[in-house]
This record gives sequence, C-alpha cells and structure tokens, in this order.
Amino acid sequence: MLLNASGCLDALTTPEVARSLDAFVTKTVTPLPRDGNAPVRIAETDVGMLNSIGLANPGIDLFLSRSLPRLAKLEVPIWVSVGGFAADEYAEICSRLDDQAEVAAIELNVSCPNVDSAAQSAAQIVATARLATRKQLWAKLSPAVPEIAEVGRAAQEAGADGLSLVNTIRGLKLDDRTLEPALGPGAGGLSGPALKPIALAAVHACYRATALPIVGMGGVQTGRDVLDFVAAGAQHVALGTVLFADPDAPSRIRDELAVELEARGLRQLADAHAVAHGAPSPVLTT
Amino acid sequence: MRRERRSVVANEPVGPYTLLRVERGALDPGVPGQFFMLEAPGRVLPRAMSLCLAPARELAFLIDPIGPGTRSLCALEPGEVLAIFGPLGNGFRVDVERPLLVGGGIGVAPLPYLSEALGRPAAVLGFRSDWHAEAAELVPNARVCVEPTLVTELIPDGVDVLACGPEPMLEAVRRLASDAQLAWEAPMACGYGACYGCAVEIGGELKRLCVEGPVLNAA
Repeated sequence: MLLNASGCLDALTTPEVARSLDAFVTKTVTPLPRDGNAPVRIAETDVGMLNSIGLANPGIDLFLSRSLPRLAKLEVPIWVSVGGFAADEYAEICSRLDDQAEVAAIELNVSCPNVDSAAQSAAQIVATARLATRKQLWAKLSPAVPEIAEVGRAAQEAGADGLSLVNTIRGLKLDDRTLEPALGPGAGGLSGPALKPIALAAVHACYRATALPIVGMGGVQTGRDVLDFVAAGAQHVALGTVLFADPDAPSRIRDELAVELEARGLRQLADAHAVAHGAPSPVLTT
Repeated sequence: MRRERRSVVANEPVGPYTLLRVERGALDPGVPGQFFMLEAPGRVLPRAMSLCLAPARELAFLIDPIGPGTRSLCALEPGEVLAIFGPLGNGFRVDVERPLLVGGGIGVAPLPYLSEALGRPAAVLGFRSDWHAEAAELVPNARVCVEPTLVTELIPDGVDVLACGPEPMLEAVRRLASDAQLAWEAPMACGYGACYGCAVEIGGELKRLCVEGPVLNAA
C-alpha cells in the first residue's frame, strides 16, 4: 500500500493527488488549533530539505466538523495523524475519533522534531491512547534514539498495531550570506534522500524486533526505494518530500516498481517482503 | 495535476539575470503573476518562478542566479529537458483603469507578461545598479531608477498599482497605495498547497502564499 507521509499533502487542496494513493494520512491534529511556527519554515539542503512547520492545524473540533466530512467524500481510506503535548491529549483525540466510521486508522505522532515533546515516552502515549480507541494505532517513531528496536518493542507491548518509520530527524542549515539559521525557529526536521539509509535501518531493526506491520518512509523517490523498504521489512510505504517536487510521484513510482519487480523475476511486491532478512518471504495480507 | 517535461530553447543573459526560454507545448501560460515550479537539475526541490513572457510556442522565466537551484537553472543548455508544473496560484487582476506597474530588482520578472495583458501601460522600475537595470529592457514604457533613488519616489497619485519586488519595497508601496496589488515571495517546497512552507501573515493569520497568493491586495 502506498500512502503519503503526514504533513506532505493536503487532500482537500489537491484531491486528485490523494486519490492516487491507497490511503491518505492527514496532517497531525492536536487538541487546540495551532498557527504553526513563524517563517521561514522550509530550506533545501544538498540531499534533502528541512522543515519547521510546527504542527499547524485547525484543532480537533474544526477537524471533526469541517475537514473530516470533506475528506470522507474523497473515498480514499483516511488515516488521522494525532499529536499532543501530554499522553492524555493524545488519548482525548483518539477517543473522539473512535466512533468516526470514516477514520481507517490513527497514527500517533510521538516524534515531531519541531515542537516540545510530551514528557511521557512513546510507549506511555501508546498505552494511554490504546485505552481510548479500538481503531488501529500506528506509532510514528523518531530515528533519533540509541536503539529504535527497543522503542518499537515497547510500543508493541503498549498495544500498537503497527509502526510508522521514520519521522524526520533534527537538522540545521545556515544561510549562505548571514551564516544565521536558515529557518526562523532555528533547526528543523530533515527529510528527503538524506534520510533514506537511516529510515531503512530503522525498518530493518524493528522488523527483527517486533511482529508489527511497518509503514516505511524517509527519502522515497523511486520505485527502487519502495522495493528497498519492503525488502527491509515494511508492509506499506509512504511518500513525503518527493510529493513536493512531483505530485505525480505515486503513479510514476508504481510504474517504476513494476519494472523493478519484473527485472528481478518477482511476480508481486509481496515476494520481496523482508528478503533483506534472508527469511522465507511471508505473504502480505493487505 | 501533471508535470510536463519541456526542452530548453535558450538561456539568455539579461544583465546579471538569465531569461530561460522553454518550449510551451500544451502548457497553459496562465494569467500574469501566476507561477510555475521548475525542476532544478541536481536539487531535491523545484523552484517557483513567475512567468516573464509568453512568446509563441514558448514560456520564458527571468531568473536571478543566487543559489544552487537558480544557478543550475541558468546553466541549462538548449535542448536539455526539465520538468515544469503550473500555472499555480492567483495572479494579478487586470480589470484596472489606470494601471501602473511597479517593479524592484528580480521582481520585474512577471511584469513583461503583465504589461502585454494590460496593453503596455506605464511602469516604474528600481534597481541596485545599472547592470541590474538592463532587465528594464524587457518592460515597455518603463521609467527606471537606480539606488539611492527608490522606485516608490516615482509613483504618482491616482494610479492603480500592480507591484512585484523585495519585501521592503512592497511594504513601502502598501503604505503609499492601499488598493495596490502586490506579488509576494516566500520559500516554497511544493507550490500547490501541500507543504505549508510558504506561510505568510494574511489578515492576521498564517496562510499559504501559494494558495492565497502570490498576488495579494495591499489592504
């Protein structure tokens, strides 16, 4: 399944791009509305980009009353990315999403590098949110930890149904002329090709450490990149920065993937699943 | 949405700037002030450029080579191919009675196409040097000033201002002409409302310039 990474597409502005995906992941929704961070919010680096959007979103009330009914009309499965500044804030939003039939899954953004994080650990947030909803819960983790497999295992024990790997990692760029930070807030989240090897290692490690399905993301630009993530153990793959440069990326990447599979004598993407681990290939269920 | 791949026709120097001319194909040139996302060879993100001229079968963009992306665009050779996506955003309203085009530096970029659409009205243009002022040749009926004279000193009363230029110039124009149409700029990853990178304060709220603008009413 091909998705977008949260915050990398506005389905209501460009529904045709959202419809070219197998599911749409919303920008992170927080309990209260947020304007986001002061500009400058984005900067390109040599092999990626930095962003410091700061979870700009209308808040859960407006999301439920205005955005979700319009998103539902797109007839694409909707995953809602949920954020907060304490575990009970995540739980509050999860409980309000619980009876929304339009919501296919919830992704817990426990790893935004651009806002103050909750005092609780990823596992504590997952455990608290688990009590608030029966929906599928995917924990989106940061690669900026000593051992991501341990975080993944803890999220599994806390009740996560899947892992989204990975969020951006904090980076800094200095302006050519002034040598001051290029982004208004200073540092930002690094995405794009620079992130791919880090994300691939995270997927590889968490596949070995947990039994959870994984959405792999980080620097996916081509069909070959999708193949790499699936081979490392991802069940689904999400597109982020590439959508900014190329709104037609989903269809292009599917075409490239078909060529990659054929060149390797693979009948379907599922045949490549986890082959990086040398194990017999399990069959993908979705 | 569809990105199109187009061949470069020519890359011509205009003072310190470069006029990048590409094949138009079936691309819609849009209205003046709208912009296109141009693939910058070797870079992760495309660059947002307003359309400068729309000669027959071509689209032309005036580019200031100030960073790695714009330099790679200016280095393209005739026959090389790049991906183009647009037109995007909201351009100038051309239903004005007494138009005056106001441009500063690389902000003259959208004015040649706008001038055509308005029947070659008067323009006032400001530049930091005589070399930069060579770009004025692209804009018909233009009065030109070079620093320390500021372009805002050339704006008479009783005109409908359509302006593009650096932020301090636009702020000064806004103070002089509260009904002006101003074309703004902000760093932009996508140009189509996906990244929320180009947020600027509009009506007291942070909004996406690519969706709400880039041309906004002064008041």
